[in-house]
Amino acid sequence: MRRTACLVALATLLALAACGEKKEEAKVPEGPLEVLGLKTVAAFSAIADPAERSAALFGEMAKVIAHPRCLNCHPRGDTPTQGESMRPHEPPVARGANGHGPPGMMCSTCHGATNVAFAGSPGSIPGHPHWGLAPLEMAWAGVPAAEICAQIKDPSRNGGRTLEALVEHMGKDSLVGWGWEPGEGRAPAPGDQATFGALVAAWVETGAHCPAP
Amino acid sequence: MAKLGLESPSRRAFLGGTGALVVAVALPLKSLAQSGAAKVLAGEAGAQSFAPNAFVRIATDDTVTVLIKHIEFGQGPFTGLATLVAEELDADWAQIRAEHAPADATLYANAAFGPIQGTGGSTAMAVSYELMRKAGAAARVMLVAAAAKAWSVPPAEITVAKGVVAHEATGRSSGFGALAEAAAQEAPPAEPALKTPDRFVYIGKDMPKLDTGGKLDGSALFTLDVYRDGMLTAVVAHPDKLGAKVASVDETAARAVPGVVDVKTLGSGVAVYAETTFAALKGRRALAVAWDETGAETRSSAEIAAAAQEAARGRGALAREAGSVDEAFKGEGTILQAEYLFPYLAHAPMEPLDAVIARSEDGIEAWMGSQIQTLDQGTIAAVCGVEPAKVAIHTMLAGGSFGRRAQPTSHLAAEAAQAFMAAGGTRPVKLMWTREDDIRGGYYRPLMAHRLRGLVAPDGAILAWEQVIAGQSFLAGSPFEGMVQNGIDPTMVEGASDLHYAIPNLHVSVHTLPSPVTTLWWRSVGHTHTGYAVETFLDELLERGGKDPVEGRLALLAEEPRLAGVLSRAAEIAGWGRAPGEGRAFGVAAVHSFNSYVAQIAEVSIEGGVPRVHRVWCAVDCGLAVNPNVVAAQMEGGIGYGLGAMLFDEITLEAGGAVRQSNFHDYRSLRIGEMPEVEVAIVPSTENPTGVGEPGVPPIAPAVANAMRRLTGRTPRRLPVVAAV
Amino acid sequence: MVVSLSVNGEAVEVDADPDTPLLWVLRDHLRLTGTKFGCGIAQCGACTVHLNGQPRRACVTPLGSLDGYDVTTIEGLKGPEADAVRAAWTALDTPQCGYCQSGQIMTAAALLAAVPSPGDGDIDAALAGNICRCATYVRIRKAVKTAAAALKG
Repeated sequence: MRRTACLVALATLLALAACGEKKEEAKVPEGPLEVLGLKTVAAFSAIADPAERSAALFGEMAKVIAHPRCLNCHPRGDTPTQGESMRPHEPPVARGANGHGPPGMMCSTCHGATNVAFAGSPGSIPGHPHWGLAPLEMAWAGVPAAEICAQIKDPSRNGGRTLEALVEHMGKDSLVGWGWEPGEGRAPAPGDQATFGALVAAWVETGAHCPAP
Repeated sequence: MAKLGLESPSRRAFLGGTGALVVAVALPLKSLAQSGAAKVLAGEAGAQSFAPNAFVRIATDDTVTVLIKHIEFGQGPFTGLATLVAEELDADWAQIRAEHAPADATLYANAAFGPIQGTGGSTAMAVSYELMRKAGAAARVMLVAAAAKAWSVPPAEITVAKGVVAHEATGRSSGFGALAEAAAQEAPPAEPALKTPDRFVYIGKDMPKLDTGGKLDGSALFTLDVYRDGMLTAVVAHPDKLGAKVASVDETAARAVPGVVDVKTLGSGVAVYAETTFAALKGRRALAVAWDETGAETRSSAEIAAAAQEAARGRGALAREAGSVDEAFKGEGTILQAEYLFPYLAHAPMEPLDAVIARSEDGIEAWMGSQIQTLDQGTIAAVCGVEPAKVAIHTMLAGGSFGRRAQPTSHLAAEAAQAFMAAGGTRPVKLMWTREDDIRGGYYRPLMAHRLRGLVAPDGAILAWEQVIAGQSFLAGSPFEGMVQNGIDPTMVEGASDLHYAIPNLHVSVHTLPSPVTTLWWRSVGHTHTGYAVETFLDELLERGGKDPVEGRLALLAEEPRLAGVLSRAAEIAGWGRAPGEGRAFGVAAVHSFNSYVAQIAEVSIEGGVPRVHRVWCAVDCGLAVNPNVVAAQMEGGIGYGLGAMLFDEITLEAGGAVRQSNFHDYRSLRIGEMPEVEVAIVPSTENPTGVGEPGVPPIAPAVANAMRRLTGRTPRRLPVVAAV
Repeated sequence: MVVSLSVNGEAVEVDADPDTPLLWVLRDHLRLTGTKFGCGIAQCGACTVHLNGQPRRACVTPLGSLDGYDVTTIEGLKGPEADAVRAAWTALDTPQCGYCQSGQIMTAAALLAAVPSPGDGDIDAALAGNICRCATYVRIRKAVKTAAAALKG
């Protein structure tokens, strides 16, 4: 448990560092063009038009945003989904008043502060101190990338965040970061949080344009 | 609250076990047997002789302990059988206790099984009704005789009521405890008189269950709760493919896990022994086992299903014939045909299989939820190299069974005993199966295919019925093989070969298809599939003939008054004939199984492609209902169990034969939000009581399916419904 | 690793592998066997305890995460909700095999502490993670309502 916490902290530090670097070098990005299946900002430098580049950056961000690790807890209804196939959560659980489940069956009834490997069988139960459902206005499951983009920019549907706060959140928040540390038996989101955070920062810098619907 | 610390509760908890015949005063078994008591009821169980007082123990503190020869796993024998004794003993209910009888086939054989102690086929009440009443009556006669001597009054003047023995004229009275020692010296009556039903005080009443209290505060002890000094916990790595054997093991990493004590290869897999459960589980995950798949099932369940369906397209061994279906099918009318497919099903009792084996002073002790004690006892004896009589089985409360603990092969007892002996046969060993072992470990309700063909005459009469059933027999090759007659396993065709509906031309046949997949009876056995096929197909034939599902069935049940009776009663409480709720439909089914009769009507809607069962009306005729509340509970539970399987459950073998499912996330259980409201009506009867553990299961799935057909136009032909939708 | 926690109101120190699930700490180390093993992966609810007053599946709760926590098991469950739940469970003879009932009761008591008058929806949502293979659900639902009514007096 402690080890996982350290890893999360380390990932956050790396993300911070990475974000800083990328920001400084945004105009002449260097380094790898792809990290663990996620294109880096550098891969988009050939697109001259900033708006076009911005939209393309969001398209890349959507690989993470629309990944089951994220969508499973950003459902459109009141019940989360599970697994790569995004099947209904088993046992059946409800959103509850605050997204953390109803009395008697809170998210925290099963999900702890960290991922916990099962004692007797392969796999693990995911965990994070803030484990819960994203608010309904942040529902992304089954939503086209262009609409998610509009949602994410809209402070009334992104938790009241400015674009700058969004960069911070996507690049550093440890619950977002869980997507890359999902525990035994789950595929992580593409890339890593640093690469993703840099994409978000670059997208905001280029005007936060959305892909065509 | 319970005391904390490492003190083992086991010693205290088990003082009350089989040794208690010595501890408790009164009615000592041995003296009774010597005095001829063993012959008192000799006619009751055929050639088996037994003493009535093997069932009753009265202590000086007035408690009456009834020894229950059937395992209690929720179906109610503790309360039901104790009620019979209390009734004839005229005890006070508050002084009644129940505990499992020891494993001893000479005293506790199940008359329905022959010389074997065991529970199954919903027989516990049926085979105990007179036996336990006579045991109570005999004890009462002896208490009265003792009091008569002590008070120098004629026995006929003595009354017994609510645990008090009294003589009105002299004003003398006594509790049972004070008379117990003297009563033990009395000769047991040859044929104690039994009450007529009009004098029943407890039978037919909702007596509070004797095992409820301990299940509300954690004090009820199950096998998993047994801890012995020096005990090791063992888990066994079983193969992914059923029938595979251990080829080689790399145990290095497992042995390196702190707490792991030993690793041994058994016939069934590789056992990891540890000081704690967690270490054992960790150790098992660290094992690297190579499996020899020579004898394994390597077909997928889809291939097995295709073979069964193909077989069912031609007739098999004849199980029943009436008239001539071949002639009838040449006649006028409409022929309907349907193919059904039923998956492998795991029982998935809440408590996975487990057993504790230890050495006693002169033999072996075992603690387990043993459902066929005599076979388990013999198996443990053979493995441990002692006489069966030297194997003491403490039958424990079990967390459900649904057939899973009734093992003709005694495979759990064998694995536990092998694990114990392989580790040296000194330290007690607790063998624990995990849920994964349970779901992936075989002993499934067999995969079955049915093909039905029926003829509806132009006037709506059903003139011909042909049914072919194909699947695996779990009796073949087992100690119960004697049940297989003329090559036909009756548990594969029950409910079809004895079709109750008056159809003049009938042909039922069966194909027995072997497979290395281990299979077993699953709550209501053959009726789990025959009930569904018969009741859904009949519903379609009736509809084609323009008949009402209830009226149409009743017209075919003129010779079956009890089945007709439950159908009429269910229709009555459901208000059959009224319109269902908006977007809903009713479906009905009636099944006779295990000598009881159950009809159910379900009100169903389809939500998001998935059936939702809102309410079920259930009528049951199980003869005299000894405890109506327990009968109702068994109907409710049977409905939930059957509904969950119908909706969600299927064990599938992947290409190559490995089991796909592993736990409750992919072997779904019905959950509270999916449980319908249930109303149960018990049809009054003066017949002797029959079972209720299983008969509640068969009708629910076809009742729901018949409602679904009214909503969607289609009968689900393969189960489960949700995977098939 | 030694972990200090409170179990049923008593301070305990447990020296064990910090990855050991609370379920096995309670059973193997403290011999509190009322908390049951049913699935090991938080699917069935048989191992439900209260952690600082809230329901928690002990099978996925590592010992190492419990330093300073209050654990209540079925053996130590007390208070008006517990009394009302046990009385209602008794009145309806709710348990069948009984193996899941510790977990059902732990959840039901927690529900009533949070929602004094639960409707069917509240009950079904709270107990959705507690499997009963005997399907005593009809009586569980009734018993929770009976207990709620008794608590209101």
